[in-house]
Amino acid sequence: MMAAAYGLLPLAALLIAVATAAIVFALGDARRRQRTFWNLFGAGAKLVLVLVMAYGVLQGDTFEVAWPVLPGITLRLAADRLALLFAVLSAGLWLVTTVYAIAYLEGSGQRARFFGFFSLCVAATFGIALAGNPFTFLCFYELLTLATYPLVVHRGHPAALAAGRTYLIHTLGGGAALLAGTAALYAAVGEHPYTPGGMPAVAEWAAQAPAAATAVLGLLLGGVAVKAALFPLQGWLPAAMVAPAPVSALLHAVAVVKAGAFGVVRIVEDVYGHALAAELHVTPVLSALAAVTVVYGSVRALAQVDLKRRLAFSTVSQVSFITLGVAVGGQLALVGGLAHLIHQGLMKVTLFFCAGNYAETLGEHRIDALDGAGRRMPATSAAFTVAALGMMGAPPLAGFISKWYLGIGALGQGQGWVVGVLVASTLLNAAYFLPILRRLWLLSATRDWPARAGRAETHRGLLYPPLLTAAAVLLAGLLAAAPLSPLGWAVRIVEQGYPGL
Amino acid sequence: MAELGALSLPLAFFLPLLTALAAFLLGARQAPWLAGIGALATVAAVADAVRRVAAHGPQAYHLGGWAPPLGVELYADGLAALMLAMTAAVALAVTAYAGAYLHGQGQAAERFWPLWLVQWAALNGTFLSADLFNLYVMLELVTLTAVPLVAMAGDRASLGAAMRYLLLALIASLAYLLGVALLYGGTGTLHLREVGELAGAGGPTAVAAALVTAGLLLKAAIFPLHAWLAPAHSSAPAPASAALSALVAQAGVYLVLRLWLWAFPALLSPVVGWGLGGLGAASVLYGSLQALRQSRLKPVIAYSTVAQLGYPLLLLPLAAVPAAASQAWQGAAYFIVAHGLAKAGAFLAAGNVYYSLGHDRLAGLRGLAPELSASVLALGLAWVSLMGLPPTAGFLAKWQLLSGALAGGQWPWAVVVVLGGLLAAGYGFRVLATAHAAAPPGGPVGRPARRLPWRMAATPLLLALAVYLLGVSAVPALRLLGQGAPEALG
Repeated sequence: MMAAAYGLLPLAALLIAVATAAIVFALGDARRRQRTFWNLFGAGAKLVLVLVMAYGVLQGDTFEVAWPVLPGITLRLAADRLALLFAVLSAGLWLVTTVYAIAYLEGSGQRARFFGFFSLCVAATFGIALAGNPFTFLCFYELLTLATYPLVVHRGHPAALAAGRTYLIHTLGGGAALLAGTAALYAAVGEHPYTPGGMPAVAEWAAQAPAAATAVLGLLLGGVAVKAALFPLQGWLPAAMVAPAPVSALLHAVAVVKAGAFGVVRIVEDVYGHALAAELHVTPVLSALAAVTVVYGSVRALAQVDLKRRLAFSTVSQVSFITLGVAVGGQLALVGGLAHLIHQGLMKVTLFFCAGNYAETLGEHRIDALDGAGRRMPATSAAFTVAALGMMGAPPLAGFISKWYLGIGALGQGQGWVVGVLVASTLLNAAYFLPILRRLWLLSATRDWPARAGRAETHRGLLYPPLLTAAAVLLAGLLAAAPLSPLGWAVRIVEQGYPGL
Repeated sequence: MAELGALSLPLAFFLPLLTALAAFLLGARQAPWLAGIGALATVAAVADAVRRVAAHGPQAYHLGGWAPPLGVELYADGLAALMLAMTAAVALAVTAYAGAYLHGQGQAAERFWPLWLVQWAALNGTFLSADLFNLYVMLELVTLTAVPLVAMAGDRASLGAAMRYLLLALIASLAYLLGVALLYGGTGTLHLREVGELAGAGGPTAVAAALVTAGLLLKAAIFPLHAWLAPAHSSAPAPASAALSALVAQAGVYLVLRLWLWAFPALLSPVVGWGLGGLGAASVLYGSLQALRQSRLKPVIAYSTVAQLGYPLLLLPLAAVPAAASQAWQGAAYFIVAHGLAKAGAFLAAGNVYYSLGHDRLAGLRGLAPELSASVLALGLAWVSLMGLPPTAGFLAKWQLLSGALAGGQWPWAVVVVLGGLLAAGYGFRVLATAHAAAPPGGPVGRPARRLPWRMAATPLLLALAVYLLGVSAVPALRLLGQGAPEALG
């Protein structure tokens, strides 16, 4: 009995998030305390379950739930190491973001709708993480689009609705490509679970019909590239900046772009296998696109005067490191890409929390209005600084670790040009982050900001989340050699799952 | 062979009919509970019929003990059982919803109940009939109850729409009857299976099939015979709109599939299949584009019906391709079920908007009233299924159609399925975006929102949730569908 329940943990963790959404919807707008309780309870309970699963996987347990949906097709949730990498990130940051969002949004309208879809969004992300086959991935990938739309248009003003439209056109278009690709894959080879190194049936099929296999791989990657914001499909991401700060944090660090990047990992490594994808000449194209995106995002970020928009273009650039790590090939580059999945999440969520704090506490959205904000809000600004330096890749922070592995991995594959991309990215990152840091710390304030309400520089619910995640950025870098650091986990995934790379 | 003697088959037809009679004689004022009791009894009979089909295969019942060709045979295979079950779910929702709605709108419930219950009986009769003439009688009965339901509001728009509907539906019935007469003259039988065995693929059979099909396509509002549907379905009272779109129009599509797969399979050449599938595809595209242009909620949903009814016809070109047939068949049948539940939920949710605000202009949804948030949630949930997105029954149905088309190498139909889903998302999110929009400066226009009775708020939500329950797994329903399916599709 206990053993059976233990095996069902993936389903339980999924249902907790769905049930939280249902309860929050049913409570309505008025009952604030109950809603807060259920939000935190759901987020906390889910994090506990995910950590239990992570511990179990370390002990060698397997978690798998599957049921037939259609003849010959199953919905399969399976917790392997790669799945838990993403699941731990999403569950952990969900809890932090929930705390932040409660403090950020409790004054605004339509809160039940907001927090309900917030929970559904995390349920979808969790499903993407634990999807055990391409059909399951497709289901949760589309669900994520649906659950995030109300968050993007939450404010309801014309700019938000226009951004929502842009978001839908991109993501539903990508979803259609993924649907067509997945259906074509199933029509050709039937259903197989994700197999590290690639599904043997796909390899056989590709040997007989290389053109069809390449086209399907193109459709699949095209579908996930939209959410991964790969050039030229990145247009929705800066537009979606009109959403409230916690939503931006969630979209950029945990849910949407990560779902896309994670999809790239699954398709290249576990459906086709890197060797086959390279044989079909798809990985060179993918790494070239990722490199272009890295540079393009950074260059565009330089020109932004709005803090959140600059961060958005920075996301475009940074998320592509994950794709780059996958496409370059080799164990070390993949380790770098996977570690960056976590590192970028921690750094970017911190930056968006801080941007939200400046907007909420000081009322400032523009970068040139932040002169001297470091003295008014030292803790927030310190967190921002740590995350920004991490993004640049300054040692010993998290971002340095990922870039280091990407660099030596690419050199090992004989692709020295990637190091050039990394250097260019670091210089561009410095060019758009250092001026912000200079304004925060070195210039004196020119504007009249509201005085502090209490002892803390802002609402505690807004202050502690970025401090926590900034500390995580620091620790992920300092303790990278520890076995349970993001890097250690990524090494474990690659050594045990992809020995052939 | 079919098992004989299941009493629940005739009961599924006669119970709503008798309830209608009692409701007519007693009047709604004396017995407001009557419709509910009759509905529950009918649902019980349907549940028993479905259970029998699932457990023992196709069921048959000879009325009065007279075997065909002299007597009337009621026959239920998996497809019929699936339709009966979907109809029962929608009908239960309509029955639960209608009383409060009509009372609140000041419309005459005593006229609604007999019409609606006879319509339910006739729909069940349509699914249970095994011969072409009985089908004609049932179709007439469905039409003759549908037209007064459209006219119930009694204003110019609804009377005009009802008149147009009546004239076109009568033409459709005549075409159907003419075709049946030709078939009877050629084969000497009216029984579906015997017609299929005896008719062959000669010239007279082709003419008869063309007439019958044209009549049914008109009743199902397939492009280019769709013009009557949107005005009729959007001017009827909301519970009637739900029944008309989810059940009445779908009965026409169901019969097209039933007749082509059981009675005229010999005629289903690639050219004919592509022709009928092409009409379906044209419906999908045309209906979606029209839905994108509407400025009121009910017409959007009505045009979406025109679009959605095109999908099941995509089965006809695929049925002749062995690699595609089985999946496409499952997809088309499951699609009808998914569309019925989702569309009824959408129309009832739209009814709530109309009831609460007094209008259904899309612009008036801005700054959504809290009274309506559950209804708009139901509308959104139902719409996800109409768009064919997971985790809904509509998604599983489209997946089967798409997989069938791809497995058979028929990629044009796959393109139609994917494109139709995107268009549905376009007109769906157009509505949902307005519901998310902030109130215009100065607050919402018009009178303040009216409170909804809880039963009206809950019914569309439950229908929408049923679509998700069927989205968890299609396996039980598809196993039922396999009972008595033609061999080429099993």
